[in-house]
Amino acid sequence: MSPLNDDKDSITSSFYLTKQTSFRIAMKQRIGVYICHCGGNISDYVDVEQLSKLIANEDNVVISKDVMFACSDSTQKDMVQDINDQKLDAIVVASCTPKLHTHTFRNVAIRAGLNPYNYTQVNVREQCSWAHSDKPMDATIKAYGLIRAGINRVKYSEALENIEITAQKAVGVIGAGISGMRAAVDLARMGNHVYLIEKEANVGGRVAESGKLFMTGENGKDVIDRLYKRIKEIPEITVFTNANLDKVSGSIGDFTLEVSVKDEALKLNVGAVLVTTGFDFYQPKEGEYGYKLSDNVITLQQFNKLIETSNDKLVYNGNAIKSVAYIYCVGSRQSKGENKYCSRQCCSAAIHSSLNVHEKFSGVKAFHLYRDIRTYGKQELLYTESSRKGDIYIKYEEKEPPAVEVKNNKTVITVKDYLTYKKELSFDVDLVVLVTGMVPRSDSNDISSKLKIPTGSDRFFNEIHPKLKPVETVIKGVYIGGTCQGPKNITESVQSSLAAASKINTILRKGTLELEPIVARVNAETCLWCEKCAAVCEYDAIKPIESNGKMIAQVNTSTCVGCGICGPVCPSNSIEIVQFTDNEIESMIDGFMEKAEINTKQDSQENEISSGKQIKLNGFPKIWREIASALDDKTLTIPQLSEQLGVESNVLTWHLMTMNRYGVVEPAGLDEDEAYYMYKLKK
Amino acid sequence: METQEFKPRILVFSTDKISDPGIDQAGLRKIHYSPSVYTISIPCSSGIKPRWILHAFEQGFDGVFIAADGTECSYSSKCSEHTNSIIVEAQKIMKERNINTKRIRMAAICSVCAEPFVNHISTFSKILQDLGSIKNEIAEHKAPSLS
Ligand code: SF4
Ligand code: SF4
Ligand code: SF4
Repeated sequence: MSPLNDDKDSITSSFYLTKQTSFRIAMKQRIGVYICHCGGNISDYVDVEQLSKLIANEDNVVISKDVMFACSDSTQKDMVQDINDQKLDAIVVASCTPKLHTHTFRNVAIRAGLNPYNYTQVNVREQCSWAHSDKPMDATIKAYGLIRAGINRVKYSEALENIEITAQKAVGVIGAGISGMRAAVDLARMGNHVYLIEKEANVGGRVAESGKLFMTGENGKDVIDRLYKRIKEIPEITVFTNANLDKVSGSIGDFTLEVSVKDEALKLNVGAVLVTTGFDFYQPKEGEYGYKLSDNVITLQQFNKLIETSNDKLVYNGNAIKSVAYIYCVGSRQSKGENKYCSRQCCSAAIHSSLNVHEKFSGVKAFHLYRDIRTYGKQELLYTESSRKGDIYIKYEEKEPPAVEVKNNKTVITVKDYLTYKKELSFDVDLVVLVTGMVPRSDSNDISSKLKIPTGSDRFFNEIHPKLKPVETVIKGVYIGGTCQGPKNITESVQSSLAAASKINTILRKGTLELEPIVARVNAETCLWCEKCAAVCEYDAIKPIESNGKMIAQVNTSTCVGCGICGPVCPSNSIEIVQFTDNEIESMIDGFMEKAEINTKQDSQENEISSGKQIKLNGFPKIWREIASALDDKTLTIPQLSEQLGVESNVLTWHLMTMNRYGVVEPAGLDEDEAYYMYKLKK
Repeated sequence: METQEFKPRILVFSTDKISDPGIDQAGLRKIHYSPSVYTISIPCSSGIKPRWILHAFEQGFDGVFIAADGTECSYSSKCSEHTNSIIVEAQKIMKERNINTKRIRMAAICSVCAEPFVNHISTFSKILQDLGSIKNEIAEHKAPSLS
C-alpha cells in the first residue's frame, strides 16, 4: 500500500484533494475478461495465455479467456453466451486501440442484455505488444498492469442510458455560398426544412464573383444561378438575405436562432446548424510586393475581373498588357507569419487565369514566380497546358522573396531563380498579379462566439478530428462545411458541406436522437454554488438550480460536451465526468502498479530444444520456439516451414529475418531447385 | 540507493481524440519506448485533477507526463492555460510533500506525433533517472511523521 494513503487528507491544506462523498455505486462482481491474440500481433510478444490464467484468479473475475480474434463473429457469439450463462455484470476486452472496436464490443454487450457502458477496452496492441515488441517480457508485465487497470475501472462502471431528446426536423444553414446552397438542397430533399441565412443582399458568395472556374470551365455566376433556380423551386427551403444571426440558444435537437432581416426579428427553431460562412481573400499589406505603391500590382481577383471585362485586348489603366508576373503564395505558407497553411486552390487558380489570358488574347508573356506548384490531382493538367503554352516558371524561396520596384516608370522584378544556382534575374513586366491565399472571414469571431465553435491556431473553425470526425464540431448539432473550416477549392467545399448535410440528416431523421451520456454531473450534497465551474465552462452548460433549500450547480446534459474542464476547478470536488470519475482514474493507477507475478521461467522446459541445444528463447515470441523445434537437426525452406507449422510464409519470413539478426538461425544455402534459401539453427 | 538499471515509471495522461492516436502510432510503427510507461486517456488535458497526479506519485509512479492538445484542442482555445494551472496547483501540493516538481511534464502531442512522443518520453526518463525513484522522496517526507 502507498505510504501516504493513511494520512493523505491530513497532510495537505489544499482543498484540491478533497475526497468525494457521494456518487457511490455498487461495484461490479461478475466480470468477464477477454485477452486477444490478434492472430499473433499481440501474442507474439505478450504471453496472453499466462496472463489469462493469472487474471482468472483476480477478485470479481468470473471468466478470463485468451481468444484468437476478439472481434471475430464466433468470439462475439461466445461472449454473448458467457454473459448470459455466467450472468456477467461487466466485461473487459484487452485487444487493440479503443478507436477500432469500442462500438463492436458495446454492441456485444447490448446483444447480451448488458449495459454497453459496463464494458472497458484495454489497449494491449498499439500501446503494448507493438510498442514494446523489442522487450516481450516487459510487454507482458505491462499488459498485466493495463488489464488490471481495466478490471479496476470496470468495477466502478455504471450502467448508463443514452440521453434521448426530440429533434426538430429543421436545419439552419448559415451562409448561402455554394457550400450552403448545395447542402440546403440535399437537406431539403431528405425531408428537413431548411432556413438558408445569408448576410449579403445576394446568394452565391465568392463563387458568384469568380468568373470562369477551373476544371469545368463554367462561369461561377451561371453555376450559382442554376442552383438558386433549383432552390426557389423547393418549398422546404426558406432563403433569408440581408439577414444577420443575432443570437443562438438551445442545444442539439432544439436550437433557437434569432435572426434579424432588415427590421424584422425572427426566431427560428431548428434541430441542427450547418455553418458554411466561407472565407476572405488575403489582403496584401501596403508595400507587400509593391502593392498599393505601384499601380501595376493587383490581386488575382482583380486580374480575373480584368480578363472577364476586357475584349480583344488586355488593357489595364489604359496600357496594353503584354507581360504578366504572377507571384504565388502571397499570404500563405508564412513560416513566421500567421498563415502557415497552404491555401490549396491558388496555384491552380493562377495557372487557370494565365490559360484564360492565352485563350482570349494573344501575345501575353507569363512569368510564374512560385515556391512549389501544388496543382494536385487532375489540376496538374492545367500546369502541363500552361508549360506547353510557353509560360515561364521561376522558383523562389520564402527567405528570398522577389522584389517589385518601380524604376523609370517600369515595374521591375528581381528574383533569385532557385533552380538555376540561385541566379539573380531582373526583368520588367506590365502587370504584377499577387496570387493571394485564403484567410478566415473577418466576422468569423462573431460566428464562433455565438455558436461556440472552437477555432484552431490558424483561426479557421475546428472539426473534432480531421480524419475520424470531419465536419463535426464539439458542439453537438453544429456542423461546419466548406472554407470556414480551412482552405478548399469549390469541389472540396461542396463535398464537405454535403458530408455535413448527410450527417445532420442521420441525427434528425428519426425525430428523436440519442446522445452519449459522457457528461458532467454535480454532487448535490457538497456543491455550494460557488460558480467556479460555470465560469470555466465554455458551453454554458452549467446553471444554478435550487435543491434542498440551497443553490447548486446543474448541468445541461445536452449542451455539456464532457470536456471535464469544470472538474479540476471545483473547490469541493463536487463535479465530475461520468466514466472519468476519481474512482475510475485512481483505481486504474492502482491497477498499473499491481505487482505482476509473471512467471518468466514458465516455458523454460519447452525452450530447451530436445536435441540438447541450449537455446534461450525466453521472452521471445512463441513462434520462435516452434520454428526452432522444426529446424532442430534439419534445414528447411520458408515454404516447407510454412507447411509444417501452418503459418503464412510472409509472417515466417519476417520472423526468420529477426531470428537471423538475433543469431538464432542462419541461412544454409539454396535448396535443390535453387528456388529458396534454406535455414538452420545457429550453433 | 538506485542502481544503474532504475527504469522510471511514467504515467501519461493523453487525450482520446488527439494525442492517443499519436501514441498509438508510435506502437503501430514499432517505434519503441520504455515499457514502464502507462497511458490513461481522457477527453481533455484541462480535466485532469491534481489529486490524480498526486495519487500516481503515491502509488509509485516516478513521473507524470501530460500529452496535451495545445492549440489543437477542440474543446477550448484556453486549453493550455487551464492545463498549466492544473500543473501549478499540483506542483504546490508536491512541494508541500517534498516531491520534486520536475516530476511533472507537459508537451503538446498531436495525432501524428509518434516520434515527438517517444522523444519526449526518453528525455523525461533521463530527467527522472537523475532524480531517482519517487520512493526516496516519499520516504524522506514520511520519515518525520514516523518518529
Ligand atoms: S496553392 Fe500554391 S500558391 Fe496557394 S498557398 Fe499553396 S503552394 Fe502557395
Ligand atoms: S465549482 Fe461548481 S460544482 Fe463545485 S462547488 Fe462550485 S458550483 Fe458547485
Ligand atoms: S464537462 Fe464541464 S466544462 Fe465541459 S461542457 Fe460539460 S459542464 Fe462545461
